[in-house]
Amino acid sequence: MSRLSPVMITALVFVAGFAICSLQFPNFASTRVVANLLTDNAFLGIVAIGMTFVIISGGIDLSVGSVIGFTTVFVALSIERLGLPPLLAFAILLVLCAAFGAAMGAVIHFFDMPPFIVTLAGMFVARGTSFLMSTESTPITAPLYTAVSDFGIALPGGGRLTAIALIMLAVVAAGSVLLHFTRFGANVFAMGGNRSATALMGVAIGSMTVRIYMLSSVLAGIAGIVFSFYTAAGYSLSAVGVELDTIAAVVIGGTLLSGGQGSAIGTFLGVLIQGLIQSYINFDGTLSSWWTKIATGILLFAFIALQQAMVRLAGRSRTIRAGEVKA
Amino acid sequence: MAFQLPRRGLAQILALIVILLIDRMVSSQFFDLRLQDGRLFGSLIDVFNRGAPVALLALGMVLVIATRGIDLSVGAVMAISGAIAASLADSHAWPVAVAVALGAGLLCGLWNGFLVAVLGIQPIVATLILMVAGRGVAQLITEGRIVTFTSPDLAWFGTGSALGIPAPVLIVAGTLLVTGLVVRGSALGLLIEAAGGNARASELSGVGIRLMIVAVYVWCSLCAALAGVIAAADIMGADANNAGLWLELDAILAVVIGGTSLFGGRFSLILAVCGALIIQAMNTGILLSGYPPEFNLVVKAAVVLVVLLLQSPRLSGLVANFRKARA
Amino acid sequence: MQQAVEGRQPLLEVRGLSKSFGILRALDQVDFTLHAGEIHALLGENGAGKSTLIKVITGVLSRDAGTIRLDGGEIEPRSVKEALAEGIATVYQEVNLLPNLSVAQNLYLGRQPTRFGIVRDGEMQRRATALLAGYDLHIDVGAQLGHYSVAIQHVVAIARAVDLSARVLILDEPTASLDRHEVDMLFRTMRALAARGIGILFVTHFLDQVYDISDRITVLRNGRLIGERMTASLPRLELIQMMLGRELSETTGERVAHDRSASTPCATFTNYGKRGSIAPFDLDLRHGEVVGLAGLLGSGRTETARLVFGADRADSGKAAVEGKPVRLHSPRDAVRHGFGYCPEERKTDGIIAELTVRENIVLALQAKRGITRPLSRREQDEIAARFVKLLDIRPPDPERPIGLLSGGNQQKVLLARWLATEPRLLVLDEPTRGIDVGAHAEIIRLIRELCDRGLALLVISSELDEIVAYSDRVVVLRDRAHVGTLQDDGIDVSSILAAIAADGSVPAAAEA
Repeated sequence: MSRLSPVMITALVFVAGFAICSLQFPNFASTRVVANLLTDNAFLGIVAIGMTFVIISGGIDLSVGSVIGFTTVFVALSIERLGLPPLLAFAILLVLCAAFGAAMGAVIHFFDMPPFIVTLAGMFVARGTSFLMSTESTPITAPLYTAVSDFGIALPGGGRLTAIALIMLAVVAAGSVLLHFTRFGANVFAMGGNRSATALMGVAIGSMTVRIYMLSSVLAGIAGIVFSFYTAAGYSLSAVGVELDTIAAVVIGGTLLSGGQGSAIGTFLGVLIQGLIQSYINFDGTLSSWWTKIATGILLFAFIALQQAMVRLAGRSRTIRAGEVKA
Repeated sequence: MAFQLPRRGLAQILALIVILLIDRMVSSQFFDLRLQDGRLFGSLIDVFNRGAPVALLALGMVLVIATRGIDLSVGAVMAISGAIAASLADSHAWPVAVAVALGAGLLCGLWNGFLVAVLGIQPIVATLILMVAGRGVAQLITEGRIVTFTSPDLAWFGTGSALGIPAPVLIVAGTLLVTGLVVRGSALGLLIEAAGGNARASELSGVGIRLMIVAVYVWCSLCAALAGVIAAADIMGADANNAGLWLELDAILAVVIGGTSLFGGRFSLILAVCGALIIQAMNTGILLSGYPPEFNLVVKAAVVLVVLLLQSPRLSGLVANFRKARA
Repeated sequence: MQQAVEGRQPLLEVRGLSKSFGILRALDQVDFTLHAGEIHALLGENGAGKSTLIKVITGVLSRDAGTIRLDGGEIEPRSVKEALAEGIATVYQEVNLLPNLSVAQNLYLGRQPTRFGIVRDGEMQRRATALLAGYDLHIDVGAQLGHYSVAIQHVVAIARAVDLSARVLILDEPTASLDRHEVDMLFRTMRALAARGIGILFVTHFLDQVYDISDRITVLRNGRLIGERMTASLPRLELIQMMLGRELSETTGERVAHDRSASTPCATFTNYGKRGSIAPFDLDLRHGEVVGLAGLLGSGRTETARLVFGADRADSGKAAVEGKPVRLHSPRDAVRHGFGYCPEERKTDGIIAELTVRENIVLALQAKRGITRPLSRREQDEIAARFVKLLDIRPPDPERPIGLLSGGNQQKVLLARWLATEPRLLVLDEPTRGIDVGAHAEIIRLIRELCDRGLALLVISSELDEIVAYSDRVVVLRDRAHVGTLQDDGIDVSSILAAIAADGSVPAAAEA
């Protein structure tokens, strides 16, 4: 199945990368490293699932990093300053995020504007608002936070599957189901394949666009909550540039940047690959963190070039002719 | 359809004047100029001086956008060229440092142009690669540190002056002049507008599009490299992490404010610079007014949305219908 | 074949339909009748009004006047969705499905069987397999639609449309990119559907197929109804006359006598061709001579023009200009050798809407001179002013964006664009399409004038009397090949019609 083949390549890259790391660093192949990989990249995985929907539908969402930043500040302030119960703060926040995403989707659809520029404006709005709320890092000390960070399922071999890793895995699983096994998911693929044809086939494009960006912003909100668990603080400068890491993870995960093809599991692997690069650099100790960006860039180029080649090949040959099928 | 307004550019120039007047209301010394050490000082000069890097980026970006493209990598290119210039400043003569920095810009431009014009990757995707990897390359050059230098020759690019006018302003003016001469003095301007307006028709008229596209990406990166040198010279050092961060967005915004459509076609160099000044005048105004500088982003977002709504074909269609209905 | 179905109430009945775009009457009092169980071919050249008619019936466009009845009840669909709800479905040449989804998803998008919100993939695939089996199509419905041939995609599109309870099925040039085997498969599907009582409106430009499958034919020309006939009783020659020409009695043509003694070779193409586009041809273009390309839509006229101009790259044969061999790999090459090309699709391939008349006029000349040798503003103004005057472009304002001009004036600007390059050869593809009558005559006069000034011209037109009026030679095309040449006194509408209709390889049963 060619629909799976980009994911297969991603999986191979991950396995090969993991093998290389394990060969080079004796302690690498352990549940501890794997569990850390999941924990450290939990927020990225969550937000990348949302981005996967957006990109498959033929759009892009540059606002997610800022939404994460906004979320951490909002959550920190409402818990610490206003004394709201954390769960109530989360609920209010997710409603805000949904409204924010819906607004971006509505502007994109009704004014027929490029998603790139609309979500860019959204990025400014979210980041600016979080700056306005607070420019300082606010530590969060609520009991829930301690409870969450204490929680962990011990794995054989010293690993600890943390709460936020579990949240991420749950989002990946739910995202996979939503993307691949529901009408909503089929519509997302359809829109990325051919917008006008999808409209002709009776799908309400406008409401789909609104819901897709809503989903992305809500997942960015959840990612922000997870990020606040991870850092136990709210800071308006957190997650700057995460939109780039997210897009990179989605593309490395085999999703076509022009839309219409991709998978949630691929994105998950893409996130892990980025985490793997980071871990390699940490383990090595002599390499500096900027290599992450270069390696990501190289992978990004490799996957984009691969996609380009595959799209061209697909255009050149139609594999099954009518005559062969009759047999 | 959104055709040219009869008085092109009037809106932008008025907007700039209005914003400057508001700035004057906020700060009574806004228009005060004083001469000190043979250099003019004052808030107005500051607007021009601080606006220089974005103005330079906008000068390159406007050509790229006119061909229906976009260049997300300019911020990263700034970081690379700044890093090179700063690293070489104390060990080599300034012409060498600047030449190598610009040479790096040239290479970056060739890379982008190659991906877009030869491999046919959509511009937003193609330039994303360098946007991600470029900052890593810059950090590679500075080895992750903030490189400082003491050479007064290179520092002139950021803080020097001639005839009382700050060097960055002169450089922008010079670049505007050169770009204007190259673009409008040759047939390039017309051919870019034709290719951006209708690539198929232009190709059928014998316009060689491919080379032209490579050329505009090269020019865009060169301008970005120059902006990087100025930014490095200004602080007498290079911070690979933060140099030019998010400036690509400001540059795109400046071009859009300058009336060039994201869908290519007609462009104006002067108005793009004017757009950069509008952005800077707003920044300065917010600073002077005592509002937190973070407020900037929200204002910018509002500006993006308003400008885009004005350019939106859907909206102008609505307005046209409305007028027709009333007539 | 289907028996006649007269007498019963028609399934779809269109009466007095009119539609104008500005001053252009795209449809003028057109009637159209489709019976249940009938395959009805709608024929006409580009600009005849076929697609406008279909768009009005399917709710894409609104109508200015007239009625549409479905099963006797008047309908007024305002969108494709509404038309679909009434039971009118359309399958276009460019299949409007989603190549990146599975066949089953395409069939059931938006109405997939679900349980607790989860699509029941197995159930959906079973239904899809069963549905397609009804069309004698046995394929893996889980595979991506894009992996299958266009013919299969068409059948899937038809199956979806019919499954959505369509009673009227409109097939807009479904066979344009199919090979013979695939056409047969599609035709079997169409016959089976007609037998189930569905009315099929079939648009094509392959006359063999019309005779193979249709029961009845409606011909449009220039937005008017020319006639509705039973296919079995309409000889091929008469059909082509209906499509292309005026009735024979009128078509003596207004040929202008023309002295060709001075004509010298300009461009020669030997065994020039491109696989899948046009069979290799020999073409000799001479200074001071107009060569007309005649043939039905899809016969290879535009393909010939694009090869000559280098817009497509030939994969066989040689080209020579003024006797010297040349390479024509791109329009740039062609422009450098002094060629010019006014394409048929003015909006997408010709004008640059937001640029001014002046800029549009100087574009090709500037591209030819190169970036480093710009025309000064004064030169540009001069050139623009000269051509605005010469060609009587209105309004006579060179600084107006060309998008605001009428079709005829846009065409004149495009002509000016090439005349400014002082070309030796000008290729004009349907230069009078979509242009009002006054401008029409002017452009024909211009073509003659240019020719008298020594230009070589290659002109494509569906208007045969037009071709007769200005051509010194007429090359006739059929089925993507050059099949004959008419010269001088041999050029008249009836000879051209005969040459187009002459059937070499496949004798059509209906003609007997």
